[in-house]
Amino acid sequence: MTNHFKAWKFALLSMAASLALAGCHHNKPINTTGLGIDNAPAAMGPAPTATLTADPLAIDLGQSVVLNWRTTNATSVVIDGIGPVPVNGTQTVSPANSTNFHLLARGDGGSVEANIRVTVRVPTVPTTTAEETSTTADMGSEQVFHQNVQDIFFDYDSSDLRPDAQTNALAAARYLASHPAIRVLIGGFCDDRGSAEYNITLGENRANAARQALISAGVAPGRLRVVSYGKERQFCTEETESCWQQNRRAQFNIDK
Amino acid sequence: MMPGTFRSISTRLATRVSQPALKSLLAAALFLCAAPMLHAQDWFHLETSTGADRIRIAVADFKPQSADPNTATCKRAFDTTLFADLNVAGIFDMVSKSQLPQVTPGVPAEMNLQQWAAPPATAAMVAFGNLSVQSGRIIVNGFLDDAKNTQFPQIFAKQYSEEASEDQARQIAHRFADEIIARLGGGITGIAETKIYYVKQTGENKEIWEMDYDGANQHAITHLGATSISPRVSPDNSRIAFSSLSRDGFQIRMYSLLLNRIVNFPTAPGANISPAWAPSGSQLAFSSSRSGRAEIWVSDPDGHVAHKITSFGRDASPTWNPKTGSQIAWISGRTGLPQLYVMDSDGSGVQRMTDGGYASSPSWSPNGQFLAFAWDRKYGPGAPGGQDIYIMEIATKRWIQLTHDIGRCDFPSWSPDGRHLVFSNNPDGHADHWRIMSMLADGTQKRALTGSGTDMPNWSWK
Repeated sequence: MTNHFKAWKFALLSMAASLALAGCHHNKPINTTGLGIDNAPAAMGPAPTATLTADPLAIDLGQSVVLNWRTTNATSVVIDGIGPVPVNGTQTVSPANSTNFHLLARGDGGSVEANIRVTVRVPTVPTTTAEETSTTADMGSEQVFHQNVQDIFFDYDSSDLRPDAQTNALAAARYLASHPAIRVLIGGFCDDRGSAEYNITLGENRANAARQALISAGVAPGRLRVVSYGKERQFCTEETESCWQQNRRAQFNIDK
Repeated sequence: MMPGTFRSISTRLATRVSQPALKSLLAAALFLCAAPMLHAQDWFHLETSTGADRIRIAVADFKPQSADPNTATCKRAFDTTLFADLNVAGIFDMVSKSQLPQVTPGVPAEMNLQQWAAPPATAAMVAFGNLSVQSGRIIVNGFLDDAKNTQFPQIFAKQYSEEASEDQARQIAHRFADEIIARLGGGITGIAETKIYYVKQTGENKEIWEMDYDGANQHAITHLGATSISPRVSPDNSRIAFSSLSRDGFQIRMYSLLLNRIVNFPTAPGANISPAWAPSGSQLAFSSSRSGRAEIWVSDPDGHVAHKITSFGRDASPTWNPKTGSQIAWISGRTGLPQLYVMDSDGSGVQRMTDGGYASSPSWSPNGQFLAFAWDRKYGPGAPGGQDIYIMEIATKRWIQLTHDIGRCDFPSWSPDGRHLVFSNNPDGHADHWRIMSMLADGTQKRALTGSGTDMPNWSWK
């Protein structure tokens, strides 16, 4: 009993462990000699019945669930992890993990069990083992990231967002909302005309404009980091307008 | 008062420049001026009316006085460097080597000045001497004679001794040349011993390099494996401030030329770029976006007690008035395209200097009177013209264009004597083909100092 209670309380990391313990109790033989004064033979009287329900059956971590049990012909009722309880009653519980609640009702005519499983949705726990297995799922792939969070392009000597950039930002924000683990590095870039030093300030303004667009679309500022590269990193090195346009951008990358 | 304006520019900048070949270039510069014009003839007249023609100087090949096998190599380096230094100084009319007398005087006793004063050499001054290499040391005796003073011709005699190497032979030639310039330059100090710091592209990275003022002795200073730009050497030649791209964006870095390593400089949020030394060496101005927008900040040389002196954003590329230390010129995009501005070093008294186009990379002349900067006066897609080097007289905002039709030019930096500019040039528009050139501050005597993949030169203060 005590063991199970501890497991229920502390076994946060492993749902499987909790289930295994519950299963163990389920199979425990009934110790009739330990029932104290109520030492009547098992065959006497009608057999007890018991029902156990939970509402709701699934909760998020931290929410609570109401257990409701009804028995007939029972003289003692025990729920694992809670202890002796009235023959009929309700109890509000807030399990930390998905749990099988196990009720044992005893009466003059024998004993009966009832079970109910409450599912607890636990967010990813930040431990190394959990992270290794869940990284790909939470961060998405680079490819999908770039499909959804597209770079923003700018006009010549400008850090104003164009209409197509606003659309990009909204799409990017949607993707980032569904992938809360992703942090974003926003790089500011300029074409290679003009001054190397001044272009770093221009690149900074472009990256900040993109950052502001994402914040306006609901992305938390803490997830965004800005670096201006000025004209020190070129995507395209020809002296043509289409090439310059390639270089005038705010680029999004997963910030690792 | 327009003529007066130009007289002051021309007399200070183009002292003793009288080559007829200049005429067309200067005329072109004048025609491009937006301000009310002068006649090109006036300009040229001013050049010759200063009354100080270039001094005609002959430089004899130095006489080898040792049998050591290194003698010939050292002598060749010495002779070449000495001639080049005096030629580049811009104050001499050099006697061509082909016009020299067929003798090699090594000591004053061997010197027959009549030979050198007579045509075709017609020298007013003669530099000569001897060079020997003995037990690993190079010894140079140098003399300067006044060919027109037959009674007491010697102006000075100097002996130099260093470890024998080609590089040391060049350094001795620089020192001898600076000595000659100090005696004959009318107050001009030589620059042959100065250094130029610059950015060298090595694969993906950019490192800070150093070279002699004439392009010799190019070697790496930093080995950071990063993108480092905008080197600015301290007034005492002890440290180089620059900006380097890290995971956190551009940060100011500091390299000690005494310790030969990076020394600590605090990082700050945002882009931290374009450091500039106050002439006292006790303050550093730079652009930082740590408060949100790119502003000019001033701190001590260790990066502490940083305070902001601008407040409208998009401010970069500061340069101090090296004469007074009380003013800063910089580039600001506060009204659109970047323009040249001047303010007091506490941020007050802001004055816009350029009236349009795209201005960048100012450098303040040592005498405090001029700003050299890069300017594309018709900036924009498809606009004619290009990015060239200009100088502006601060008091009047009148300017002269110094480069024409040689491709994009940027990053002018004044020599400590205020008579030369080093700058970067891109002859063919290819991003990897930037190189470093120098010229006299009137735009003449342009020459390339480095090959492709070099940029952002900064001339040492002494």
